[in-house]
This record gives sequence, C-alpha cells and structure tokens, in this order.
Amino acid sequence: MSNIIHDENPKLMKGNEALAEASLRAGLQAYFGYPITPQSEILEYLEEKAPQHPDTVVLQAESEVASINMVYGAAGAGARVMTTSSSPGISLMQEGISYIAAAELPCVIANVQRGGPGLGTIQPAQGDYFQAVKGGGHGDYHMIVLAPSSVQEMADFVFDGFRLAEEYRMPSMILADGALGQMMEKIYLPKAGSLPKQDEPWATVGKPAARERNYITSLHIEPDKMEMINLHLQDKYRKLKKEVRCELTNVENADIILVAFGLTARICNKVMELARAKGLNVGVLRPITLYPFPTEIIAQYADPMRMFLTVEMNAGQMVEDVRLAVNGRCPVYFKGRMGGMVPTPEEILLEVEAMAEKQRITNQSAGYL
Amino acid sequence: MISGTIVVASEICKGCELCIASCPQQSLGLSSSINHKGYRFAQLVQDNCTGCTNCALVCPDSAITVYREKKTAKRAPQMVIASHAA
Amino acid sequence: MNSTVNEQMEVVYHKPQTLTDTPMHYCPGCGHGVVHRVLMEVIDEMGIAERTVGVAPVGCSVFAYHYMNVDMQEAAHGRASAVATGVRRVLPDKFVFSYQGDGDLAAIGTGETIHTINRGENILMVFVNNGIYGMTGGQMAPTSLCGMVTSTSPYGRDAAQVGHPLKITEMIAQLPGAYFVARHSVHTPSAVRKLKKAFKASFEAQKEKKGTCFIEVVSNCPSGWKMTPNESNAWMEQHMFPHFPPGDIKVPASMK
Repeated sequence: MSNIIHDENPKLMKGNEALAEASLRAGLQAYFGYPITPQSEILEYLEEKAPQHPDTVVLQAESEVASINMVYGAAGAGARVMTTSSSPGISLMQEGISYIAAAELPCVIANVQRGGPGLGTIQPAQGDYFQAVKGGGHGDYHMIVLAPSSVQEMADFVFDGFRLAEEYRMPSMILADGALGQMMEKIYLPKAGSLPKQDEPWATVGKPAARERNYITSLHIEPDKMEMINLHLQDKYRKLKKEVRCELTNVENADIILVAFGLTARICNKVMELARAKGLNVGVLRPITLYPFPTEIIAQYADPMRMFLTVEMNAGQMVEDVRLAVNGRCPVYFKGRMGGMVPTPEEILLEVEAMAEKQRITNQSAGYL
Repeated sequence: MISGTIVVASEICKGCELCIASCPQQSLGLSSSINHKGYRFAQLVQDNCTGCTNCALVCPDSAITVYREKKTAKRAPQMVIASHAA
Repeated sequence: MNSTVNEQMEVVYHKPQTLTDTPMHYCPGCGHGVVHRVLMEVIDEMGIAERTVGVAPVGCSVFAYHYMNVDMQEAAHGRASAVATGVRRVLPDKFVFSYQGDGDLAAIGTGETIHTINRGENILMVFVNNGIYGMTGGQMAPTSLCGMVTSTSPYGRDAAQVGHPLKITEMIAQLPGAYFVARHSVHTPSAVRKLKKAFKASFEAQKEKKGTCFIEVVSNCPSGWKMTPNESNAWMEQHMFPHFPPGDIKVPASMK
C-alpha cells in the first residue's frame, strides 16, 4: 500500500506540473521526453527546474522512440528514470516498453491520454486501456498500471509508480488523460527525498574486477531459456496481485455499481450523488490499479441482485475485464463516449435510471413467481 | 633473423585462412585433421616464424598467441618438437 | 610442424583479458571478431574495463555482450545510440560505446544516429559496415553497393528503385557534435593497427568529453557475399573501398 509523506501546506497545481514536480521530489535521476499535447508541460516544467536539480538529467529527445530507448539505457544503468507522452507517442514507445519489460528494468511512463485512433484529437480519452493493461507491444508482458483521478494522484502515483517498479523490476505506467493533465486542483505534494532507492546490483555501471559482468538483455535464443524467462515474468505478475488497489464508495448495499477509472470515476461519483438523491441505491467501484486488475474485489460484489454499469471514455475496453470478473453472475452494462468526448453526469444518470427500471421490473416479476 | 613461434587454439580456430594469407614467411597452413567443430585449423608448416604477430592481428577468433625470442636471449640451439595447441 | 615455446621466448601477442573465452558465433573469417578484439585490447591497455559500459545492437553482433567482458546492454534494433545516450547521461564519468552494423545504424536507426551525434554525446560509436544484413541471411543493406546481388536484390541493387549506398559516415561528419570521424578496416595487419589507434584516440577524447567519436569499419561478410574469407577481403578492397574509402574523415586539430 501507498505510504507517502506529504507537505503540510497545499499548493494549487496543474496535473501535468504536479506530476513533474513529484518526479523531482521522488529523486528523479533522468527524464527523456518529446513534446506532445496534452502533456508537454511535463517536459517544459522539468526543463525550467533543471538548473535547480543539477543531478537530474532532463533531455528532449528526437522522438518517443529515442526517449523510451534512452529510458532503457538509463534504467539499465541503475537510474530512477521517467518518460511521459500522450497516446500517439505511447504507441511509438511500445517496442521499447516490451524490451524494458523483458529486460526487467524499472521506470515510470506516464500516458496523458488523448482521443484516438490515429492522430485523433487532443481532448481527453481513455482509449489506451487495452494498450496499457494487456501489454501493447509484442510478447507476454505487463506493466503496473496506475489510474489517477485527481491532481493529488497525478503526484502521488509517481512515488507509487517508482516504488512498485523498483520492487518488482518492471515498468509502471501512470494512465491519466488530457483533463487530469490540464486541470488545476489543490494538492499536498509528496515530500522530497522521502522515497528511498534500493541497491541495484544488476545495473550496468562498469564491472569491478571482482564481479561477473552485468548485461541487460531481452535476447534468449534457446526456446527453453526463453520460456523460463516467461515463466519468471508470469510468476512476478502473480505476486504483483497483492498490490491491487481499488476505491469503493457505497458499494456494500448498492443495487447498481458503477465501475469507472480515472476522470470517469469522478463523473460517476457525481452520478451516484444525483441517483441517491432520486432514491436509487448506487455505488462506485474505482479500480486504481488497472494492472493488477481488482478482479477478486469485483467478483465479491457480483451477485444476481445487482447490476454493474461500466463507464469509460472509449468504446468499451475495461468493461471486458469487469465482465470476466463478474463471470455472468449479474448483468454488466456499458456506457461510453469516444474521440475526446467526456460523458456528462446527466447522460450516465439516464442509463442508471433505465437500469433501475429494468431491475424493478425483473424483481417484481420474480416476486410474482 | 629473429625466431618466434605461435600457439594456435586449435579448438577455437575456424580455418578461415586469413592468417595464412597474412604471414610474410608463408609459415602457416591448415592441418590435415579437423577439430571438434569440423574445421581444419591453422598451424605452422615451416619453422621460419619470426613472431611478427601479423597472423594474430587478423585472426577473428583470437586463436593465436605469438611468442618471440627475448631480445637479450641467445638463439635457442635447437627446436623441440611438441604440440602446444590448446 | 609446431615449433615449441621455450624459456628464451616471451609472449608478444595474446588475446586481451577483456575478451571472454566464449567461442564467437561469427562465421569463419568475419571481421567482427577482429573489431571486438581490438576494442577490448584498447580497453585493456587503457585500464578502463571497470569504467566501461557497452551497448550491443541487433544484427550479427547482437551477442557482443557474450564476448566483451564489460558491463553491457543489448538494445533494440537501431536504438543502440539512444540507449548509449541514456547510459552516458546518467554515468557521465564512465566510458560508453555502441557497436552497430549497417542495417542497425544506417537504416532503422538513422534518426537516432544523427541526433546522438548532433548532440555530441560523449560516446564512441563503432559502425561495422559490410554492406549486407548478415544475421537475417544476406539481405540488401543501406550500404549495399549498386549492382550488388543480395537475397532481396537478386538482380543487383538498382539505385533508381532503392537509392544509392548510404555514406552515413560522411553525412554525420558534417555535424558539429562529431568530434572524430574515421573509416578503417581490419583486413590487413596494418589496418588493424590503425584501427586500434583510432579506438584509443576515441576513448581519450571521451575522457575529455569532446563529443561523439565515430569509427566506421568497412568489413567483409564471407557468408553473405558467398566467398571465402580471403576472397571477400580482396573483393572488399576492390569494390567497397572505392565507395567507402578508408581514412580520416574528420580529425580535430588536437589529434593531428
């Protein structure tokens, strides 16, 4: 669980800047990035602060492809390193992320998502869920995926991201969106120097005569060796399940549970308020870690007397994982907007009301039988 | 003329013959037998090696160690024939 | 015939310590082995093995880290110089080199190559150019010569269709970040000696943080070219050298 020490006094900050400032406070040793809307403020902020942090490398690379490979190099040399981008740029990084996962290098990658596919739009979206949680690049691998829903979490998840990445030797992704990146909120920044860094005996820093050489690689040409590497990764992903995080609001006795992450979860909190004012028993389940996914927690609440509504800013991606968790025990509905459109509480409420009506009729007819 | 010799790691040698072509003394040739990899390996075929190191410089497999008579030492009175192949 | 080693003799040439005992997977006569050895010899002689990190590419030298007894990273195809940038930036006082082939450095990694050098990263880039994709079975490379028959240019490279062999070394020499740029070969003892001097000068420059040193080694590919090793070296001199002439391309005044 997260155990972050915060400043006593709050600050008003933009999500992207909060993430950037938190990374410096997390003891960032290197940042490599390339401008792309809606997250360019991260690189801008770090460049501006660079003179005050002479031990932190901040470099604008020639592309996202170069950025992620610089991350590979710096992480392999044992540095605490981060890159950030938005959807099209993250697509470009997928090859590098696969290599980083295979070579078991810790790093933080933030994706401040925008609407796609293609060049899409610069407005917020959640269309990269599959890409983030299912791998994205080639081969069987995962990242730790943290989904912030506030500026506070944009900052905190940098600390959590590094802590988990370093403990499990794998990349962490902060899956945010353009709205979270651009919005300003009151936050308590994590304290500088409060994130310890463990020794990395595997890092390539120059080989002392007394030790064997270290090499960072993802190449294992013999299939039996490569399968062993895969089994090791899968074992790590199983162990990672204990890091699952989820926020539950009024779900215990809810008839309808809204499942949403990130920005959409905030909208769903408003929907819950509106629905409860109308006498509807609605709760919100917000997965905080999208990988590992809170499958067991969702399964606990999946009983025939309930209904789920998954709300996302995409065509229906996380809903597949919700359905796998629910496993047919109750209905799972989906409400989504795409291409940078943010759903309003009112349009979600209409869905909730329609579901409640269906539930009422079903329960009534069950009563007659 | 300075006297030298070489030791070829015959199990490492792949018989590429680059050393043979580089030898100014034409001291080198391929063995008639093969190593475990199935290659005929380089070896001295004349005892006129001067230890010039040309063969070792072009050897892609670093299979050749070169020896030369110490500058202060007198010429060895005789050559003892024995294999020092690795 | 085997002349013996006796006590009047001393070792005048042996495999560098920093080269591991792992037998190399390269085809017989391939220049890679010589380039590896010369690089490790320089690292040995300068006593910098403990402070050196290398980056291997994708291509024939993908397993370079099995042979070089220094800390190493294996990069994605074309990205070795970006990876080396990451390493060098966080380890500013260590020695960093990338080792790349023509496909890696001059095709898929062209962007990284140019920008790494343009930033003047303090690394040594070793570029082995044999005009062919060896590892994947002899396909056309960015540096394959016009008319050169490869498995993907079975009627010879047609410049009208696929462009001319890329002189990337001359291109990058124009960049202010390039400090020392030279083209060498390893097909003769004197060429090997010259390459060694160039590597040494490059690491010396790196110590002084002078910028990127870029050493191309025009080399052979006996298997890909379908020749014996000695034939391939003769062919290289005859056909590769006119297009890729060995020699210094950019030498700072302090090195002259």
